[in-house]
Amino acid sequence: MRGEGLGARGEGNPLSGFRPVASWANLRRRAELLRRLRDFFHRHDFLEVETPILSADTVVDRHLDPFHVEFDNRRMWLQTSPEFAMKRLLAAGAKAIYQVTRTLRQGEQGSLHNPEFTMVEWYRAGDGMDEGMQFTSDLCEVMLQCGPAERISYAQAFQEHVGLDPHTADTEVLAAAAKRLGIERPASLSADDRDGWLDLLLVERVRPHLGLKQPVLLYDYPACQATLSRVRPGDPPVAERFELFLSGVELASGYHELLNPAELLKRNERANAQRRADGKTTLPEKSRLIAAMQSGLPAAVGVALGFDRLVMLAVGAKSLAQVMAFPFDRA
Amino acid sequence: MASYNTSEFRKGLKVQFDGDPYSMIECNFVKPGKGQALYKCKLRNLLRNTVIDRTYKSGDSIEAADVEEIKAQYLYHQAGTFVFMDNETFEQYELSAEQVDDGWKYLKEGMVCDMMLFNNNPIAMTPPNHVVLKVEYCEPGVKGDTATNVTKPCKVETGAEFLCPAFVDMGDLIKIDTRTGEYIERAKE
Repeated sequence: MRGEGLGARGEGNPLSGFRPVASWANLRRRAELLRRLRDFFHRHDFLEVETPILSADTVVDRHLDPFHVEFDNRRMWLQTSPEFAMKRLLAAGAKAIYQVTRTLRQGEQGSLHNPEFTMVEWYRAGDGMDEGMQFTSDLCEVMLQCGPAERISYAQAFQEHVGLDPHTADTEVLAAAAKRLGIERPASLSADDRDGWLDLLLVERVRPHLGLKQPVLLYDYPACQATLSRVRPGDPPVAERFELFLSGVELASGYHELLNPAELLKRNERANAQRRADGKTTLPEKSRLIAAMQSGLPAAVGVALGFDRLVMLAVGAKSLAQVMAFPFDRA
Repeated sequence: MASYNTSEFRKGLKVQFDGDPYSMIECNFVKPGKGQALYKCKLRNLLRNTVIDRTYKSGDSIEAADVEEIKAQYLYHQAGTFVFMDNETFEQYELSAEQVDDGWKYLKEGMVCDMMLFNNNPIAMTPPNHVVLKVEYCEPGVKGDTATNVTKPCKVETGAEFLCPAFVDMGDLIKIDTRTGEYIERAKE
């Protein structure tokens, strides 16, 4: 399958080799793309901002594991994304902001993952799903000289590639589909972990097909996977999220942002309960973002894009290591 | 029993299922940005040489296999059994013809090979990448024909047959790549 397949983990002696892994041609290309990216945001009147990488707050997500350090007996978190701080800026009056920053995530290493990576994140007040997806598609076109993104709903994609409705299918139906499609099931995936089964089917049977000819925006996710996005009521209710795919690679993830602080606290609690069940440590549920949301967050769309992956696709490389001077094994 | 957690997964890891030892020949990390991380692994059964696929969630673990790799000298062959000796402990190990597989083609007395032990029992051997073997029989060499793309069969001292260039003569020493079974060059010693 096409995907995060190719790379291997932790090969070779970590102390040998001082040289960069990426070629100079790729590193020059990387710098050019960064300039083009900043130029694109500048032309669209976005303000470039910088926010802390080390913070007292962290995103509470079942599947994101932040690094932490201690300072003056206080636990500080290395940011898995600059989301909280950027939303505080929005609540404080920002209209359109972006930043290019390093983000860190524990345990994520592979050909499409490096524990430390470069994220481009932007927010624009007043945008809804349509504007958010359009802007993401425009940016992708400018950066990669590709066509506009095709929009496919999560439900359509599952209907086409798995043959079921992801919003209504129960875990039994999802598990049966995985079996029918010959997907290797992780022994520890529990029979009632609906998100786990959806993720397995997405990774194995949906994602490899996305964006092979032109970029694809997958949108309207199952409500149970809303994380920090708004849920649009309806039958079925859907999470107002979208993700951009090109060549089966997930490039960007956008939310029509959740504005309700009480709902955020509820989701944090649920995420921590799942983390406990997964045998993971819990993360702080209260944060300055809650205060920002209580003071009033404007309706907005926020998008995070993996810059290393964008460069990788632009140069036609197969792994992030080929476009990073010093990937984790040489860090 | 020792085990490996997903964070320790890497190529070459030796693990076991149902009592059989496996080597991890591929391990790919896949994760939707907002979802469950999976490790998609390919594992080779070290006894049967078959390959299986296994998918793990982060935090899962696999039982470790007690697999050791040692250097062992080939001593002799008797009634379908190949006998080797660990040069450090002088311990002798026997492998069946099935376990030696194609390796017999290259085995000369005294040759030092890599040997794999599982729970202290030998399960496989690998000859050096290059071995020099004496040609015992082939059609007479064609003098002056230095082309290496014209080949003919030859039989070497181990009894195995290889393809060699037309200029090779009986009694010549030839170097063979044991990974491909291909002729490399004529050798002096």
